[in-house]
Amino acid sequence: MPLKLLNNVIFQSIFLMSLLIVVGIFIPNWLVFVITKAIAYGLVGLGIITLMRGGLVSFGQGFVFGIGGYTAGLLGTQAGLTDAMLLLFISFLFTGFIGLIIAPLLARYRDIFFAMLSLAFSMVLYGILIKIDAIGGSDGFVLPESTYFGISPSPEYADYILYVVSILMTGVVSILLRYYYNSTPGLIALAVRENELRVEYLGSSAFNVTVLNFTIAAGLGGMGGALNGIALGHIDPEFTYWTTSGEFVFISILAGYLSVPAVFLAALFLELVRSFSGRYFPDTWQLILGVFLILSIIFIPSGIGSFFKQFFDKFKNK
Amino acid sequence: MSKNINLLKAEGINKCFGAVVAAKDINMTIQKGERVSLIGSNGAGKTTFMNMVTGYLKPDSGNIYLKNENITFLNPRTITQKGISRSFQIPQIFEPMSTWENILIALGTSQKNHSYFKNARSKENADYINEILSRFSLHEFAHRQVSELPGGVRKLLDIAMALVRKPDILLLDEPTSGVGAEEKYPLMDNIAKALSVENLTVIFVEHDMDIVQNYSERVIAFYQGEIIADGKCDKVLKDENVQEFVTGKTPKRAK
Repeated sequence: MPLKLLNNVIFQSIFLMSLLIVVGIFIPNWLVFVITKAIAYGLVGLGIITLMRGGLVSFGQGFVFGIGGYTAGLLGTQAGLTDAMLLLFISFLFTGFIGLIIAPLLARYRDIFFAMLSLAFSMVLYGILIKIDAIGGSDGFVLPESTYFGISPSPEYADYILYVVSILMTGVVSILLRYYYNSTPGLIALAVRENELRVEYLGSSAFNVTVLNFTIAAGLGGMGGALNGIALGHIDPEFTYWTTSGEFVFISILAGYLSVPAVFLAALFLELVRSFSGRYFPDTWQLILGVFLILSIIFIPSGIGSFFKQFFDKFKNK
Repeated sequence: MSKNINLLKAEGINKCFGAVVAAKDINMTIQKGERVSLIGSNGAGKTTFMNMVTGYLKPDSGNIYLKNENITFLNPRTITQKGISRSFQIPQIFEPMSTWENILIALGTSQKNHSYFKNARSKENADYINEILSRFSLHEFAHRQVSELPGGVRKLLDIAMALVRKPDILLLDEPTSGVGAEEKYPLMDNIAKALSVENLTVIFVEHDMDIVQNYSERVIAFYQGEIIADGKCDKVLKDENVQEFVTGKTPKRAK
């Protein structure tokens, strides 16, 4: 019975969420902020690994990251909506909807054409955003302070409360995604990755699988963008820039598509390298990331998620 | 009992690839429960015909009907959903997965109203997969990665996956090609045993005339895109044109 419980996705997630919420009380504020940002980036990475399960990689998730961030920002500044949970949820839905609109076009392409077309969308959005002065142009704009159920937390607790909210919402999303991955459509996505022709000859649509996965990835990217914007208190076109999209790809390659927690670990790693190299080795963080990317592709081509999977598989077989 | 129901009908099918005639005025009717083999030398048009029936290729002219419904211009997915499944000359299986997972995916694709939150590895699905594995004697390979399996087993798995959907017609493209001589009969016995459970219509492309003679009731012979003989196995294999152009045996010509 205890073994069965430990194998339960909901139990694992609740345990991990509780642990992180408790740990958050004892760690310094800067680390709380770094983890919150890692969760934001991890959400986008989670979208990319959802696509990777279907054999695709998007080089342009900055597109949905930016839309999510701007959605939260504009709702805050223009509509006076400041509830963080509501902003995250609306950004998820709205960006998912945008994803659903463009997915049928993207789903017609594969491999590098899919990747570059997604990148093209993010470049177009970047170009538009820097030209619109009404929303700050290249400088972007500041988001209003977030509230939670109508309550505005005092500044010393604001980061921690956002951290808790992001853990809870990400936890729910991760549980739902784990269920989706293990469901029949989730498995068909893996089959599309391996042999699209056979999937069609078995009576399923590879196109529909890709549309669904891109829509999910878009929603997650939007939620990540909104969280990042709320955490920073600022949004600018950099969210959609191609180097930002590259960071999401880095997270996904480092994590691999075999494990959900691995994505957040990879995102945390990225944020820590960014923070420490910025402080101790200025202007070298791309160098450090590059070296890690080379090492991870050579030595762990399936990503750190493969370790997680091996561990849990051994655990299940006991 | 259930024969004499026209299941598949091809009417005036023509198909050319540039100057090469792959199908020339193909007309045929396949009835429910028939076991039909398509024979012919390489390039005779057997696989082209199969590809047109399954929607991979579209004929230049003519129509194909399944249960009186025109399926000529439907895509492979829709045709599969309507009741025609196929296996491939080179097995099209999901290499990094196990035999069990391959059947699970085939089963998943055949189910309607998927739940996005229900575990695909349910007991109900597991029971059905185990039944399929038993029918095809694949149990011992259930949890082995399919890239490690021998050729005959891969062929069986490919056919088992096509059968999961419970089609009306099963098309087998050279089920014994690439399989060692000593493996051919056990493989075909296995396939015949597995298919005998349902009154399934089976059309298979085959080059081995012993296999054709032993496992089909009706033979359709192709030569340069045309049907040159169609009928009972013994009759077709003794046909002079078939002996000259297909089997390679020199016919005894009347002086």
